[in-house]
Amino acid sequence: MEYNDMVMDHFSNPRNVGTIEDASGVGTVGNAQCGDIMKVYLKIEGDVVQDAKFKTFGCGAAVATSSMATELIIGKTIKEALQITNKTVLDALGGLPSAKVHCSCLAEEALHAALWDYAQKNDIIIEGIKIPVETH
Amino acid sequence: MNPPKKVLYFDNAATTPLHPKVLEHMMPYLTEQYGNPSGVYSFAREVRKGIEHAREQVAEAIFARPGEIFFTSSGTEANNWVLKGVVETLQHKGGHIITTAIEHHAITHVSSALSKQGVEITYLPVDNEGFVSPSDLIAAIRPDTILISIMWANNEIGTIQPIPELSAIAKSRGVLFHTDAVQAVGHIPVNVENLPIDFLTMSAHKFSGPKGVGALYIRKGTKVNSILFGGAQEKNRRAGTENVAGIIGMGAALNLAVANLKEEQEKVTMLRDYLIERIETTIPKVALNGPRAENTRLPGNVNFSFDYIEGESLLLLLDMQGCCASSGSACSSASLEPSHVLLSLGISHEKAHGSIRFSLGRENTREEIDQLMEILPKQVKQLRAMSPLAEEAETSKAEYEL
Ligand SMILES: Cc1ncc(COP(=O)(O)O)c(C=O)c1O
Ligand SMILES: [Zn+2]
Repeated sequence: MEYNDMVMDHFSNPRNVGTIEDASGVGTVGNAQCGDIMKVYLKIEGDVVQDAKFKTFGCGAAVATSSMATELIIGKTIKEALQITNKTVLDALGGLPSAKVHCSCLAEEALHAALWDYAQKNDIIIEGIKIPVETH
Repeated sequence: MNPPKKVLYFDNAATTPLHPKVLEHMMPYLTEQYGNPSGVYSFAREVRKGIEHAREQVAEAIFARPGEIFFTSSGTEANNWVLKGVVETLQHKGGHIITTAIEHHAITHVSSALSKQGVEITYLPVDNEGFVSPSDLIAAIRPDTILISIMWANNEIGTIQPIPELSAIAKSRGVLFHTDAVQAVGHIPVNVENLPIDFLTMSAHKFSGPKGVGALYIRKGTKVNSILFGGAQEKNRRAGTENVAGIIGMGAALNLAVANLKEEQEKVTMLRDYLIERIETTIPKVALNGPRAENTRLPGNVNFSFDYIEGESLLLLLDMQGCCASSGSACSSASLEPSHVLLSLGISHEKAHGSIRFSLGRENTREEIDQLMEILPKQVKQLRAMSPLAEEAETSKAEYEL
């Protein structure tokens, strides 16, 4: 099993690590049982994701996909943000070893969970959002 | 290709570097001494002599007789041989095997395959340091129990089982006793002479010998069916042209290991205790996995759970600094399950995922441990800074203190 250079770069220099004090939406997915937990903070202004931060407990793949997913979502409208899938993140990273693909699913789930939290807090309906499953 | 940079090698339980003297002994058998040991001409008989000498060396190291040593392709094969072979040999008596919850996969995956064929397996639990309780063993023995297989020492957490006591129980109930001693032989005293052990597994690459060669000790007179059929090698009990150089290397390596056993054991134990102390005094929120009492833990085994971080990510950071270790986290395995050994101790999934094993060997030095301790605390800090679990713990602590 070997990670490519892009994955290693995002793992060793993860972008957007941290928290957002007054986040518009926060989503936590995964659990210690499976080994990866990802928490995403979004700052949404108007209809646009202005900032994203994450904290992740997990393997190299989990950290790298968290980093890439937050990179991808910043600057996107909510509608565009919902188009970001597990595959988008995987492709942007140039792929993961097959045993590690499952770890990347959390990124998509975490983004959705944070957007869901934003919708709940603001009492709005976001078309096409996946309701997060309670796992934590 | 760049020359390999100097590695800090702390994964001696996975495998050890080949001892240069062992390679010297092996070289002729990889070059001019190429005869098939089964040949009748004197050129081949020389090779046969080499193999028999290695058999004597292995036997002597564990106080067995040469006729009780059978070379195999690995520790894995030796374990397969005992479990599958005894199930066949004793099928008239029954189909119940007792083993433990913390065996290596070379036992547990064999026993789960056997259970699909109708063999019943009892997995003895262990306490929070990894010890099997003799009274649990007594309670688990049934009239149809055909084999008890308990590892001498655990590869992940280093626990050394009370083998004299456990094997005596088996003997008193008339049940065959096997021990996977792959992590013990060559590192701590192993003596089958005065112990009622029927089968014992060894593997050369764990004591500075070559990979791909192991041996099974079978007490004289003990019946066990073969699992490999073909030529008449190994007294007709294990077919296949011998891995000659490997066998020579195994004999030479074990001979060296036992000749220096006491000094090496003391030296490695001191390094181990030094590393444990350094980690415990410099890194907060760590927990040693496995036992602490004297002579109950393998000399080279250090296994810690680092709160709030996941093992693989720490391994990757260590690797970037040229440091080799291993983890009980199994994020890379399809099962998503962390080490069954760590979970058997009763620790949480989170702590099991956050475990790192440093296994020290005869080549490690105090300076190397100091080098490790220059990087490890920073890396743990770095990963904790991005851990949602550390953040959670901080918040709840803050709330508690308010
Ligand atoms: C306890 C134990 N048993 C068996 C084995 C397997 O030995 P081998 O690598 O020779 O197949 C190992 C090696 O990892 C081990 O640690
Ligand atoms: Zn993972």
